[in-house]
Amino acid sequence: MGIDIRLPLGILFLLLGLILVVYGAASDPSLYRQSLGINVNFDWGIVLLIFGTLMFALSRRGARAQVRTENDQQSPRSSGH
Amino acid sequence: MTGIDWLILGLYFAFVLGIGVALKGSMKTSADFFLAGRAIPAWVAGLAFMSANLGAQEVIGMGASGAKYGIATSHFYWIGAIPAMVFVGIFMMPFYYGSRARSVPEYLRLRFDEKTRGLNAISFAIMTIFSSGISMYAIAKLIQTLHVFDGVFQRLGLNSSWIFDFAILISAIVVLVYTFLGGLSSAIYNEVLQFFLIVAGFLPLTYLGLKNVGGWSGLKATLGPSYTHSWAGLSHANTNRLGVEWFGLVMGLGFVLSFGYWCTDFLVIQRAMAAKSMSAARRTPLIGAFPKMLFPFLVILPGLIAIALPTQPAVPPHARVVVGAEVPGKGIIPMKVDPSSGKPMLDNDGKPQLDYDLAVPSMLLHYFPPGMLGLGLTALLASFMSGMAGNVTAFNTVWTYDIYQSYIRPGATDAHYLSMGRAATVFGIAFSIAAAYMANRFNNIMDMLQLVFAFVNAPLFATFLLGMFWKRTTGHAAFTGLLAGTAAAAIHHGLTLPAGAVVGIKGGWLAVTHIYPSEMAQNFWTAIYAWSTCFVVTIVVSLVTRAPDESKLVGLVYSLTPKPEEEPMAWYARPASLALMVIAGTVLLNIIFW
Repeated sequence: MGIDIRLPLGILFLLLGLILVVYGAASDPSLYRQSLGINVNFDWGIVLLIFGTLMFALSRRGARAQVRTENDQQSPRSSGH
Repeated sequence: MTGIDWLILGLYFAFVLGIGVALKGSMKTSADFFLAGRAIPAWVAGLAFMSANLGAQEVIGMGASGAKYGIATSHFYWIGAIPAMVFVGIFMMPFYYGSRARSVPEYLRLRFDEKTRGLNAISFAIMTIFSSGISMYAIAKLIQTLHVFDGVFQRLGLNSSWIFDFAILISAIVVLVYTFLGGLSSAIYNEVLQFFLIVAGFLPLTYLGLKNVGGWSGLKATLGPSYTHSWAGLSHANTNRLGVEWFGLVMGLGFVLSFGYWCTDFLVIQRAMAAKSMSAARRTPLIGAFPKMLFPFLVILPGLIAIALPTQPAVPPHARVVVGAEVPGKGIIPMKVDPSSGKPMLDNDGKPQLDYDLAVPSMLLHYFPPGMLGLGLTALLASFMSGMAGNVTAFNTVWTYDIYQSYIRPGATDAHYLSMGRAATVFGIAFSIAAAYMANRFNNIMDMLQLVFAFVNAPLFATFLLGMFWKRTTGHAAFTGLLAGTAAAAIHHGLTLPAGAVVGIKGGWLAVTHIYPSEMAQNFWTAIYAWSTCFVVTIVVSLVTRAPDESKLVGLVYSLTPKPEEEPMAWYARPASLALMVIAGTVLLNIIFW
């Protein structure tokens, strides 16, 4: 019904990842003393970016597949391809 | 909280509200609003099935139990959820989904009679209002305790005593807007979003914590075997931290309570009923079971780590935590402080009590710098909202279909019921807010209500089990059995007491005939007595009342329903294969953490 949740999910995580990566790259390293010296913002931001890209790509692929099925339904003769 | 944290929180709010707005146009009939048009894909329904249960109390409470009881808390997942989730998917979903009932109480009317449905619908409606109120109270209290909004309030020149009201209002309004606009679809899609946010917010916490304490082996060395084994020591109640013996645990938690919740509670079942096909509905709880199986690592482990860390009044400057700054607790868990006197609270032995509920929040503040902290707190809020939306959508459906349409105004147009559902969303949330303030003012009333809910819920699974698998079960029997089971629970509670407790809300209010080693053991045994009473009474009354007409039970009872036909699909995606994989995984985890 209505929406493919992977699209907003992908966009949200792309934005979240972007915010964390940029902030992580720009912020003062002393900030990360409490996280065991690991720049969690930057590192985890990259992971979120990858996840967001994956979800976004899946939703695009799903949308294309949907268009194809709809076309097939409209012209049953061309359903061979 | 700093600017970057607010940015992340704001982004999350924009997305959850955006989903509601995007779905607004497709809410044309009441079935769109209450059942998501029965069009949800299995994996979406599965994640929502799990997330609707993952309220803030779950995240906070499981972390707290992890700190208190250790890895044995995972029984609440591996024994207390997985078997029931498999059972409902494989054996019960064909009747819930196949009967085309729009709610669990409606199934009871189809299978039994009007009075059984009425009993279930009314008690369920009241319970959902109060439980969403109680969780709203919990999250507002937490926000107040963590002082996350204090900085902003000071800057804006607002009185910091309004933080509690602000937290309640803002979370209620957001949930209201997106469920009002998009109904169950909106709640379900947001639950998926919230699920991934919770994982994104908590996974790095477990990673950093484990790295800090030297991994699982380091945790074992620091805490000792009583914290790091789930089964060893369960042969007797006095040799494990839970204070329960294996039989009470397996029967009380693993059978009665767990099956009673996962197999009969409309809050979760509604997610599967919204699935797009029978096979999607059956796979819903099974797909939900995979993350459920792994969630102990996300929500319980941080609790264990919090208690294992060296005791220190670590207060990161940006976090503005006041609690725990002066009074050392254990690990990074502060002592419980009496809000009126400001002094640490003592237990019966005169030792200071730890505020275990702060285990997970303390971990967030301990490890996360600005940025990740925003994501962690957003995850906490997301868990709260997914739990609350679960309550709200279940309430408006049961109210509209099972109470309003059945008893107040039958035979109105579909458009009328759709607008009633929207209205129910508004007044349901308004009542929840009232319940949250009630919880704030009269804590004892809430404890009592939760006790009554436990009495009402405990026998439920006996009724459903007999109803679905024994065609002779009658409506009179189901109704009497439920009442008898609830009465048995109350009487058992009135006759027993956990060790060290005072007669009253904890039990023994009739006479003290038995002392249980722990409150948990008493709860489990209350459930076992309630279930057994309901089971026996239902059978006996069924045999002395007139047998139901079998032709009316097709699709509702196992022996009278044709086996669901399998759609052609890959072997690994079939319900039975998924069930076997989940069970194998759970057995493996139990062996590893024996």
